[in-house]
Amino acid sequence: MEGLDDILAKYYQSEGSIVSILQDMEVRYGYIPEEAVAWVSEQTGLSASRFYGVATFYGQFHLVKPGKHVVKICRGTACHVKGSEKISDDIQTMLNVGVGQTTPDGNFTVEHVACVGACARAPIFIVDKDVYGKITPQKAKKTLEQYMGGEGNGKG
Amino acid sequence: MEKAKTEIIVGMGTCGITAGAADIYALAAESAKTKGLDVRLSSTSCIGMCHSEVLVDVVTPGFARVTYGNVTKEAIEEIISSHVAANVPVAKYVIAQMPSYGKTYDDIPIFGQMPYMNKQERVVLSNCGFIDPLSIEDYISKGGYEAVKKVIGGGDPKAAIEIIKASGLRGRGGAGFPTGLKWEFCNKAVSDKKYIICNADEGDPGAFMDRSVLEGDPHAIIEGMLIAGFSIGASYGYVYCRAEYPLAISNLKVAIKEAHERNFLGDNVLNSGFKFNIKIKEGAGAFVCGEETALIASIEGLRGMPRAKPPFPAQKGLWGKPTVINNVETLANIPRIIVKGADWFSSFGTEKSKGTKVFALAGKINRGGLIEIPMGITLREIIYDIGGGIPNDRAFKAVQTGGPSGGCLTAAMLDTPVDYESIAKAGSIVGSGGMIVMDEDDCMVNIAKYFLEFTQSESCGKCTPCRIGTKRLYEILERITEGKGRKGDLELLEELSEDIRLASLCGLGQTAPNPILSTLRNFRDEYVAHIEEKRCPAAVCKPLITFTIIEKSCTGCMACARACPTSAITGERKKPHFITSEKCIKCGSCFDVCKFKSVLKK
Repeated sequence: MEGLDDILAKYYQSEGSIVSILQDMEVRYGYIPEEAVAWVSEQTGLSASRFYGVATFYGQFHLVKPGKHVVKICRGTACHVKGSEKISDDIQTMLNVGVGQTTPDGNFTVEHVACVGACARAPIFIVDKDVYGKITPQKAKKTLEQYMGGEGNGKG
Repeated sequence: MEKAKTEIIVGMGTCGITAGAADIYALAAESAKTKGLDVRLSSTSCIGMCHSEVLVDVVTPGFARVTYGNVTKEAIEEIISSHVAANVPVAKYVIAQMPSYGKTYDDIPIFGQMPYMNKQERVVLSNCGFIDPLSIEDYISKGGYEAVKKVIGGGDPKAAIEIIKASGLRGRGGAGFPTGLKWEFCNKAVSDKKYIICNADEGDPGAFMDRSVLEGDPHAIIEGMLIAGFSIGASYGYVYCRAEYPLAISNLKVAIKEAHERNFLGDNVLNSGFKFNIKIKEGAGAFVCGEETALIASIEGLRGMPRAKPPFPAQKGLWGKPTVINNVETLANIPRIIVKGADWFSSFGTEKSKGTKVFALAGKINRGGLIEIPMGITLREIIYDIGGGIPNDRAFKAVQTGGPSGGCLTAAMLDTPVDYESIAKAGSIVGSGGMIVMDEDDCMVNIAKYFLEFTQSESCGKCTPCRIGTKRLYEILERITEGKGRKGDLELLEELSEDIRLASLCGLGQTAPNPILSTLRNFRDEYVAHIEEKRCPAAVCKPLITFTIIEKSCTGCMACARACPTSAITGERKKPHFITSEKCIKCGSCFDVCKFKSVLKK
């Protein structure tokens, strides 16, 4: 597979590189493409099932390509007691998809994240790399509208 | 020497950024430039007052440092026009002033005397919010790297171990094992290679102590690891950090690079012949990797599954070599103990729990944030004196400590001293430092279900009692919260919990039932109400509640009807509305939007 030589070269000599290789793939493609695993497996002689076993163990790895925008609702304890379940429910209703799913137009993927550690600003939700604190269901929906059909809101 | 400039310092930790600190920073730069003011603009990390973010500090040379809170775009303009340009602080945004910087202003509270601060004792957090984490100069100016010079200069690896042992420091990750002893075991192990790992896989949802320390004082971790490495005979260190903490990772990367340039890290540390290098390993999102042996497996590139102990990592750890694993907060304590001495450290705390502990105070609390207290002060002091009590006049119900491994403590337990033994006796654990406050609107069965949903999905699957048992516990709780609870369910929960506790290999499984057991012990009547009366006393569990509109106070503004996603609300403008219960999905949107409190949730 083209363009993966650099990732392989970076880790080939070091031990314990399966997680690192998968992390780099995730950064490059946004998920773990099957062809990429097959290619690395062939190059390294490590069976593809070992990559699959590691990829399915950790929450960070995606086996399907995510949408253009990834919406993450923090489900840490502080966010939970501050109503993040309802925010998640409302966003799922608004976009008409479940957690881990992508809208048919490929625009949004909805995910839960265990905790981003900004608990005193709970509840938190994240769109791509923009983190929003002290959110309400209404604010969350309004924020999301800004990402519809266009770019982000410019807030970094 | 350069003429002293007025300093503007913006809090740019994750909490600050979440509240919009990046915009405020940019505005401050622009505004100062437009006004032709020659200032020094810098950023710092979280000082712990997350409830007042965005925080901006201003220091006029020769005067006290003034902290402003909840700084908006309008506020920063005013602060710059008045305080920066004319040395007149803007009272309405001021939180406090720090006299150690210079002459004080009239009528501004003193920082250390504020209720949020005066019971705190900041050892681990002493630099957080005061130094630029990206500047090794700042760290050194606060006495940084003195400890490592002392230890390496002394030449005896066992000397530091003795100091740490005498200090009484216990592991801050949750288990509370004496740190000095751990180091001694590893020091005695004979091997060609040894490792020191910093456990920064802060997986407990609702905790952010490690994130803040890594973001705010990364050199303290490097220095702690250096001392640990020298003491146990390790030349390699790993920081295993959650990928969910991008700012912590990037600050740490900068710090490692700077430490190399200053010869604090590398093949010949401080020209002593001691070699020490640090690598960062990003976690990949698995709670179980906070467990030592699972963490090791993860660094080795494998599925993060725990193994049986012994052999302990101090004998056989990473790549089969002797390894010490210390938590972020534990390591951050080390340089301070070396410099100030074991007696100084053990002067804080109780007989068996020495020193201070950092807690992440969040949930239903007025002043949430990151706090550091001497061990032994009570939960009441933390929640009411430091945290300022419960918002919106609601009644306190419980405080949850120890995350998914811990439990909920009640109002009757508020005078429990916060130390390892007392909290355990009360039925929870100190844990890594998450502290979530809950009020009367929180359903304890729902909270137990929340934690079990987490643990059953995070179980690595190795031990059947944990893999299948936690799933069954979750299902039982699910049916109770849906009004389908059966007679005997509570006994079944207790029996299954005991089996899981006894038959699981690692801490995740052994402690997974704790949130259920503690709520069953302390809030059994709530479980009974769900099962026998099909009622959720806190009005949280959807299938057990109904929404109705109070005709008397409904103004007919139609806000609820517009918010309802299923068009279940009908009624004419300016006339009382009505909810069709068959159509209602109990999402609570009407309840949230009604400004007249005319939607009844029961």
